[in-house]
Amino acid sequence: MTTATSRVPGAEAGARTQTIAVWQEQIRIRVLSKGSGPALVFFHGPWGLAWDPFLDELARDFTVHAPEHPGTTPDAPDDAYKLDGLWDLVLCYEELLDALGLERAALVGHSFGGMVACELAAAYPRRARALALIDPIGLWRETAPIVNWMMLNPADLPSHIFVEPTGEAARRLLGAPDDQDTAARVRLMWAMGATGKFIWPLPEKGLKKRIHRVKAPTLLVWGREDRLVPPTYADEFAGQIAGARVRAVEHAGHAPHLERPEPVARMVREFLTGATS
Amino acid sequence: MKISAFHLMPHRELPPDFEQRYESVWVTPPWWELADAGRVGQYYNWTLDELLYAARAGFDGVCTNEHHQNAYGFMPSPNLMGSVLAKLTNGSDVAIVQMGATLPTSNPPIRVAEEYAMLDCISGGRLVAGLPLGSPMDVNLCYGITPLEHRERYREAFALTMKAWQAREIFAWNGRYHQLANVNLWPRPIQQPHPPVWVPGSGSISTFDFAVEHDVCYCFLSYSGARSARSMMDGYWRVVAERGKEANPYRAGFLQLVAVAENDAQAEAKYARHVEYFYHKCLHVPGAWFAPPGNQDYRSLAATLANPVRRAENPKTLRYRDFVEKGYVIAGSPATVRQRLEEEVIKGLRVGNLMVLLQIGSMPHELALENIDLFAREVLPHLRGTWDDEGWVNHWWPERLRGARSSGPAITSVAAGGA
Repeated sequence: MTTATSRVPGAEAGARTQTIAVWQEQIRIRVLSKGSGPALVFFHGPWGLAWDPFLDELARDFTVHAPEHPGTTPDAPDDAYKLDGLWDLVLCYEELLDALGLERAALVGHSFGGMVACELAAAYPRRARALALIDPIGLWRETAPIVNWMMLNPADLPSHIFVEPTGEAARRLLGAPDDQDTAARVRLMWAMGATGKFIWPLPEKGLKKRIHRVKAPTLLVWGREDRLVPPTYADEFAGQIAGARVRAVEHAGHAPHLERPEPVARMVREFLTGATS
Repeated sequence: MKISAFHLMPHRELPPDFEQRYESVWVTPPWWELADAGRVGQYYNWTLDELLYAARAGFDGVCTNEHHQNAYGFMPSPNLMGSVLAKLTNGSDVAIVQMGATLPTSNPPIRVAEEYAMLDCISGGRLVAGLPLGSPMDVNLCYGITPLEHRERYREAFALTMKAWQAREIFAWNGRYHQLANVNLWPRPIQQPHPPVWVPGSGSISTFDFAVEHDVCYCFLSYSGARSARSMMDGYWRVVAERGKEANPYRAGFLQLVAVAENDAQAEAKYARHVEYFYHKCLHVPGAWFAPPGNQDYRSLAATLANPVRRAENPKTLRYRDFVEKGYVIAGSPATVRQRLEEEVIKGLRVGNLMVLLQIGSMPHELALENIDLFAREVLPHLRGTWDDEGWVNHWWPERLRGARSSGPAITSVAAGGA
């Protein structure tokens, strides 16, 4: 494992950055870290990682580590080709926990990252101290199909993810709406491609067979107006994880932690503090 | 020069407001609202009759291709069509050009190697083996292949296909995407070491490299005509030169829409609405579906987004005269068509293996036969000798068909549309 540091978005928010190579040094994962307290690992969604107010809020009580999914770290796009599937990805993240020196940690994930956190907690139940899943994917109900955001016109993404498509949260995650920022568009498209590798064509890869292995105290957070992954999935997850709790977020879509950072951070912080103390 | 008749097998009777009412011609058009199986059976038979008519009229080859879940061209299995064509053209020197069965959607991919070997056996060694990557709509959206794996799967399947045709010993294939313990193809193709291979593309740089590296014929399947293809094909020939390969024009194929009539005005009267139907309805697909995230590698994605020149023109805003003026379609009198094909396509792009699409969109059967007939009589004979004075060998054509087409028994005229 090698470590390097560089300046990145998030640095201005005071996050430390390091790039950790796992998988026999073939997969380079940049990790943003901030705060102090018990360890918390945050797995971002399919649109890439941008340090945000939600993570800042969590960093007041936790040492937050936010890794970038393989292939989404700048200068390492082709790392996306080096894993064959979800099993490889879960093993990579287990190696990353070792590299960060974390025997156990609270795992938090959004959307695709929620699926990753849940899979990791199912594969290695003892390493997940607590689990907070924000509008996660990973299960499938025929009566409630999940929208494939990779088939949408990129210009239509904001209105599918956010209740307020022109708001600050949308701009922070997806870049300027006017198409002018080519670098942001490349980053966005590639993040969807690299994460899409593990969920195409339907985001259900067998979690339903493994989810019973999750032993960590679990919180499900769902935006009441999620247009991509219907809120009914909160019950689907909660029904399969013993003791799981569900919290709905008003006036929020698929990314409630970005549109309503303070209340969502409060929910997550209170839950994790109770679960990890 | 080799000139082949290409067919898409489109839906010929979409409603006039199709593109306003429906999201897409591909992936999601509702079958039960738009089609009727009995009528579609008629389309398939017309398609076969039109290609057989072209074969008998003197074309060098007949081409079919694979697409799924669409009204633009729906031959999910081009090899079913190819086997009919192979059987019914036996005794003639027409090539069966499969453009072709799509490797990433065939599982295991040796299925394509087997079926192509069957076609080569049935046709007596007249197969051209097109090995396309497949469109993102077909491969990713309809057949569920992960976009990021699309090209890797293709490269593995291509290597497996070539080895399966040629290996003298049974071998095990331990690939990333396919594992086969006993590869021992039955049958093998007549053509040795393997049938000529064409790789269709739509201008991506990585496909140029692949085509040159594997010494196959690169075919640019464009609907935007030779003018917009020029810089693309120049790029291909640059790669050919850089790799130290000879600039043999038969190394390149190109697809061109063509409509021939007695004169230019008649061409407009006969063909305008069918050309507009094709560009307005048959290509009605959300732009994002041509490039789902991960389908383009990172280098191509960055290049495309930094320089989105090719997306600048929306065909829905163009009319027949625009399509003709811009060269999307070469239409007019035989003299007009001859001249434009020779200057813009054959010489302009340096193309030895030309494919022409003569049944366009809603064009009815009788008019398609008329177009094929006029092209065969008034255009094709004038273009056939284009490259002869340079003495190139068409290594990408079945060896026994490389000479000029003879007037064999298959040339005998047939009643139009005799199914």
